[in-house]
Amino acid sequence: MTAQRLLDIRGLRAGYDGVAVLHGVDLHVDAGEIVTLLGSNGAGKSTLNNNVSGLFRPYDGAVYFEGEDITGASSTHIVARGLVQVPEGRRIFPNLTVRENLDLGSYRRARQHRASNLERVTAIFPRLGERMTQIAGTLSGGEQQMLAIGRGLMAEPRLLILDEPSLGLSPLLVEEMFALIRRLHVEGLALLLVEQNVVQSLELAQRGYVLENGRIVLSGQATELCEDPALRRAYLGV
Amino acid sequence: MLDPVILLPAAINGLTMGAVYALVALGLTLIYGVLHIINFAHGSLLMVGLYGAFFLHRFGVDPYLALLVMVPALFALGYVLQWSVIGRASHGSDQNVLLVTLGASIVIENLALYFFSADTQTIDTPYAIAMVDIGVALVSLPRLIALGASLALAAILWLLIARTDLGRAIRAVAKERQGARLMGIDVDHIFAMSFGIGTACLGAAACLLLPMFYVSPHIGHVFVLVAFTVVVLGGMGSFSGALIGGLLIGVTESLCGLLLGESLGQIGIFLIFIATLLFRPSGLFGSRLS
Ligand SMILES: Nc1ncnc2c1ncn2[C@@H]1O[C@H](COP(=O)(O)OP(=O)(O)OP(=O)(O)O)[C@@H](O)[C@H]1O
Ligand SMILES: [Mg+2]
Repeated sequence: MTAQRLLDIRGLRAGYDGVAVLHGVDLHVDAGEIVTLLGSNGAGKSTLNNNVSGLFRPYDGAVYFEGEDITGASSTHIVARGLVQVPEGRRIFPNLTVRENLDLGSYRRARQHRASNLERVTAIFPRLGERMTQIAGTLSGGEQQMLAIGRGLMAEPRLLILDEPSLGLSPLLVEEMFALIRRLHVEGLALLLVEQNVVQSLELAQRGYVLENGRIVLSGQATELCEDPALRRAYLGV
Repeated sequence: MLDPVILLPAAINGLTMGAVYALVALGLTLIYGVLHIINFAHGSLLMVGLYGAFFLHRFGVDPYLALLVMVPALFALGYVLQWSVIGRASHGSDQNVLLVTLGASIVIENLALYFFSADTQTIDTPYAIAMVDIGVALVSLPRLIALGASLALAAILWLLIARTDLGRAIRAVAKERQGARLMGIDVDHIFAMSFGIGTACLGAAACLLLPMFYVSPHIGHVFVLVAFTVVVLGGMGSFSGALIGGLLIGVTESLCGLLLGESLGQIGIFLIFIATLLFRPSGLFGSRLS
């Protein structure tokens, strides 16, 4: 059985102001998978996400989403197709209410299902449901992260990219975050998960990639990566 | 001289003019709040609106009917101006934008001078001198219409900003552009929409002003100084600030005119401007676009 290929990145070269950060990255995500992207600070993980999401135009290589070439496509088109990113640093709309943030999650996609998706998101995050009229900028860090994910879910993504969702969360909330990701996955969502919590994300994911200095240096089944001596040395200090 | 019988009509007259100031300032503050542009072309675009309504009147279109043409026309003009000139030339740099809007205003004004000459012109309408007795004062009909229509348009604008997806996107883009793009919001389109809506306010203001004012290529200056004062007074980017600030400035101007003589009416405005900058530089209402 061959799973449906959702995201297919081939030989991606990208960077800023002509200086390449990614030097030819190959990566794919199939339907129903959690794929984790690991790598130290500055490796280029967010650069990859943002080029896939259409915030920047790659220098070379190609990005396919559900068979369609979306290399260099606009972010509006990419979101409309169902490839949604919850970015590093959340980037919620601080001057809008929680409710308005969620509404805008369905600005480009799934607008007709706004009411039912709102119910679904507040069922997942009851704390957001209690705070619908609060100005988003006044939420706690953890609540802001929930809002960022909730806003992303409002678009009914086909593939959700989560860039460091546990960043800045207390250990307890990190646990909650991973439980949530598992739950979304069980409900059928495919995820590309960028994480610093190597062990936990490898436990959750089916496959993983390790990015170093803009190149994939290691990839494979999550269980195998967990045992890899080089990875254990680099990320776990053992 | 401070008899309420004189003061009250003056204050009401000031309120009517203030409502138009508010409309002009709402456009300015919207553009500033979203694009962080100080739009020096705002006055010239009002002038374009006034000439548009003026020539429509020549073809027999009543200025109030002309609203239906001038509001969409100025919206389109503003949208295209932002999309094809200002947005393209600015490259995200503030000095550039300043120069581009200043340049645009000089071009527009000189085109108006070339085509329409520097003469001031007015229109005649059957209702220009009609007065309405509102109990406490006699108010001219065009002024009363200007007040009512400006407040109604401000309310519509508020609903648009507060209650629609477009309005939410406008406010979102004002603060968090990257987050907006990741939600599939077309930021350049929202910029142009904001500029277009801000300019559409001028189309409305022009039609409301024409029956009680004059037209000349330089008329924009009169209003743009007042509008900047209103925006500073109300707090840059603040919706309610622009509305209340506009009304306040209108009343101040009218009362100062009454007390100091017509030609000195504007002194009060600039005293307020300076006092605001000295004592409350963030304006009376700090909040932006909310
Ligand atoms: N907007 C930008 N302009 C210029 N350089 C950038 C920009 N964003 C990132 N970079 C540079 O690109 C490189 C990769 O950054 P990137 O954010 O992709 O790393 P990352 O793997 O996401 O790191 P982290 O784990 O810290 O989030 C870094 O050297 C960074 O300084
Ligand atoms: Mg990053």
